[in-house]
Order: sequence, then structure tokens, then C-alpha cells
Amino acid sequence: MANKIIYEKSRGLTDTPLTYCPGCSHGTIHKLVAESLVELDVLERTVAIAPVGCSVLAYNFFNCDGIQAAHGRAPAVATGVKRVQPDKIVFAYQGDGDLASIGTAEIIHAAHRSENFTVIFVNNAIYGMTGGQMAPTTLIDQKTTTSPYGRFEETTGKPLLVSEMMAQIPGATYIERVSVHDHAHILKAKRAVKKAFGYQVAGKGFTMIEVLAACPIGWGVTPVNSMKFVKDEMMPYYPLGVYCDRGGEA
Amino acid sequence: MSQKVLMKGNEAIAEAAIQAGCKAFFGYPITPQNEIPEYMSLHMEKRGGVFVQAESEVSAINMCYGAAATGARVMTSSSSPGMALKQEGISYMSGADLPVLMVNVSRCGPGLGGILPAQGDYFMATRGGGNGDYRTPVYAPAYIQEATDLVFEAFDVAEKYRTPVMILLDGMLGQMMEPVEIKPRPPVQVDKSWVTIGDTANRKPNVVNSLSLLGDVLEQQNFERFKKYEQLERVGVMVENTVKDGDEIAIVAYGVPARIAQNAIEELVGEGIKAGLVRPITLWPFPYDTLANLPASVKHVVVAELSMGQLIEDVRLGVNGKFPVHLVNRCGGMVFEPAEIAEAVRKIIKGGV
Repeated sequence: MANKIIYEKSRGLTDTPLTYCPGCSHGTIHKLVAESLVELDVLERTVAIAPVGCSVLAYNFFNCDGIQAAHGRAPAVATGVKRVQPDKIVFAYQGDGDLASIGTAEIIHAAHRSENFTVIFVNNAIYGMTGGQMAPTTLIDQKTTTSPYGRFEETTGKPLLVSEMMAQIPGATYIERVSVHDHAHILKAKRAVKKAFGYQVAGKGFTMIEVLAACPIGWGVTPVNSMKFVKDEMMPYYPLGVYCDRGGEA
Repeated sequence: MSQKVLMKGNEAIAEAAIQAGCKAFFGYPITPQNEIPEYMSLHMEKRGGVFVQAESEVSAINMCYGAAATGARVMTSSSSPGMALKQEGISYMSGADLPVLMVNVSRCGPGLGGILPAQGDYFMATRGGGNGDYRTPVYAPAYIQEATDLVFEAFDVAEKYRTPVMILLDGMLGQMMEPVEIKPRPPVQVDKSWVTIGDTANRKPNVVNSLSLLGDVLEQQNFERFKKYEQLERVGVMVENTVKDGDEIAIVAYGVPARIAQNAIEELVGEGIKAGLVRPITLWPFPYDTLANLPASVKHVVVAELSMGQLIEDVRLGVNGKFPVHLVNRCGGMVFEPAEIAEAVRKIIKGGV
């Protein structure tokens, strides 16, 4: 009996070995994006935008045209691409330092204009690429290299709830927060990612999926414990769910 | 449109850009350039283009980055503090080899300064305020007709050399009206196999990128990029030079101040003082050779600029010590009259300066 293929790497990804740290969630999230693009049959007309952060090298991994963008500016770059090529599929793949700090103006106004592209927002509560500094999303008491005594609310505020904030913008079509810390949640995350891209294909406007992600190296914990941290520490503060869905069913 | 019409400088530039095939305009309001985005908002979509009023100048230049990456003819405009905000994007676009036309209808500074005309952006335009090794071709029209002609040239240079280019003027030229005939010409034909347009069914994916983590690779990329700058320095210099053998005074000025300097020259020549004008039309690449080869009859080079001595640095590099170089300047939005320049020249000749 011939071997039956029950699983293979998505052709939405290149064969370039991932350069992410052991236990990092980016690989899983890349897979969900790549599979969604292939399943929707849009990979060949997709442009990926990778701004500064750990995912700045994502153009090496997604098997489609790619643009590297300045820190925080991916939504502006995506706007430029999508406005002149409205029939193409465009996504920005942004981290929390990028999207929730230096790029707040760009992300808010892309949603405000309801730009018809998709944002994959990877929230791992830390600046990973630069070596583990505090982000707006860092949890209270969480130690980072720039909050060595833990994050204090008095001086640095509470962690920014990006999906909740974005859902208030009338132009935001679909905002959902998901997690990829275990298999069941990965399957749910996949449905959300694919739904967001489906909305874009249907021309429904701005979509953003926030993905709670692990950064074991930045957090200084083992990969297994990093998944526990997502579940036990991040999820209570960052509740999963659909924050707005103004697109109807795709 | 092949007839002369009376147009405001800013609007003429916008119309020329549309006729040059500009497909996308991204901007942000700032005085005294507002007529450009206003004109674009009125016309672009009707004529098959895209207009977006961005949330900031930073976003506007990054929208240009994205649109240019698809191979579209792209433009932005701003004024001095707004151009300062675009510097990050200019550096990134230079590093990613992306073409864009940027129009700076400059005002006086530093800081918020004022909206009156000045030339204090010379360093920012020609040296760049962004990080890293790059150059930006800069065109400095003195007439609205010339500004519209340069729009076509600047777009072509941007695409041929895959670089951001700038047209630098001031509020005087942006706001004044002059007869102008827009003279369309077909865009330069260039290779666009590099674009990230999302069309990978029959080719390998493309990447638009300024990231290069390996030192030897980045060094080589910079060497290659500077070859195109060197090519532009050889073939891209534009200058008006009326200094003749026998002239003792060469006045150097660009933009509208060059027209004021020309009036001063006419006054001086009427008195028997032989003088001519060197008017750089490209500020980078700069016409160093013109200044190095001024006739031996020249006794003084006089730089007339609306800034505190920025153009004069390039003039000195060109003159290279052969002639004494003097500064006649106003700033802060104050503009010299021809008589002021003429009087300064008389004093220089007498040895008073």
C-alpha cells in the first residue's frame, strides 16, 4: 500500500530554516497564515509586510512577495500597496513593540480608514528582537531588561489592551484575540486567521488578529513553562474572543 | 494641455505630476504646500490615481514606500518641518532602492519657525537628515515653468536610478502665479521585474528590503548604490551659468532668490560692474565644476541665499580657494531686494566686507 501523506509543510512557506528562537510562537503563527493563504487560493497574489522586530525577516519564510518596513510603519506601507493594488491580498505581521508602541498612530488610522488588509498582531508581552525590554503589553510585575524590578503600574501604566481599543474604531471590521499555547487553541487561531483573510478577499475592510505568543528566551523560561505563562498569566489579563465583527459571515 | 495658462506654483506642480503619470499621492496638510494635496484630492481619483491624506508625514512617506514597491509612480509633498519627519522614510526608501518624488515647499525655521519663504532646508535636502550613506537628487526651480518641467525630469530620474528625488522650492514660488505650459513627455522605460506586486504565479517571490545584517554584503550594496550616484554626478548636473570671460563678479543663487540676484546683476552691469549668475538647478549633484572653472577674470564670488550660510559651503567646495567667497543673506522669512545684493557687491569690491 502506498504511503499516504497525512501532513506536510504548507507551500505558503519557503524551505528557508526559521531563525526564531527555540520555543518561539512565530513558527506556529507563520504556519497558520501560510495555510490560510493557500486554502483561500490567494498565495500567488499576496504581499507580506514585515516591519522591524523579530519578524522583520519574515519575508524569508513566506512564499510570496515581501516588503520589509520601518518600525511601526507596516500599516502605512500596507496602505500604500493596497491602495494601488486593491485586488491583491496584503497583510502586515507585527509584534507588540511595533504595533502597540511605536506604531500606534499607523495601526489606529489604518483601522480608522478601514483599509482592506489584514494585520497579524503577535503579542508576546516583550521586545524580543532587541533582547527582552519592556513593552506596553508587558504584564504588571513582569521583569524585563528595562523593568528589572518588575513592571510598576504607577510609572508605566497598565498593559495596553490593543484588541479592546481597536474594536472601538468604527472602521475596524473584525478584531479577535487568540492564543497558540496548545493544540485546541491553535485550531481556533487558525479559524480566526483564515476568517480575517476571507473578509479581506471579500473586500470587507480592516481585520486584525491578536495572537498571544510565547517568548521563552526573552522571558527567561523554558519553552514548556512559556506556554504555561501564556495560559496562566497572559490569558487572564488578555481575554480571548471576538472583540468586533462588523463583517457578517464570510 | 499645450497652451500657456496662468497657474499657481503649487497647483502647476500637482497638475504636471498627474500628467507625468503619477498614480498615487500621499500627503499631510502643512502651509505653504496645501494646494498640492488639495489639487490632488480634487483630481487624482477622477483621473485613475489614488489620493490618501495620511495621519502624519511619517505615514505619508511610508505609504509612498509601499506604493513605490509595487512599481507605481508615487509622490508626496510637504514643507520643512514635515520634510524633517519624512527623513526616516527617505533613508529606508534609499536603502530599499525605491523611487518617489517629494516636493518640499519650504518655509523658515528652525522648529515650527514661520510660513514665510526661506532656504534653510538646503542642508536637510542635500545632505539628508536620515541615517546612513545615501544621496538624494534635489531640483531647485526658479520659475513655475521650470518647476513643471522638472517634475517630469525628477520622476524619470527617480525611476531610472531607483531613488527618492526632491523638488525644493519656497513659499514664494509655491504661492505665486505665472504663465505656464505643461509639456508632457512619455515616462522613461525601466526594468520593473523587482516589484513586490503580489504576482508570483509564474515567478519567484520578490523582496523589497533595506535590512542587511552581514557587513560584507551591506558594504557591497552601498558600493553598488554609490555607483548610480556617481553616474548622476557625471550626467545629472543642471546649472544656469551667465558668467563670461571678463566678468569680475559671480553671484551664486538658486530658486527665486536667483531671480532677485539677476535683477541685482542688471543693476550692477548698468553701472559698469561686470557680473554674471551661477544658478544651480540641481543642488545635488551640485555644479562644482562650473565653480571650479569660473573665468580667471573673476575677483569675487558672492553667494546670495535665504539662509545662514548653507549654499556657501558647496560653493566653497567648488571654488576650492581660487576666489574669495562672500555671503549675502537674509533669513527668518525676510527676503533681500535686488538693491541690497547690489550694495553688498559694491562694498565687497571696495574691500569693505
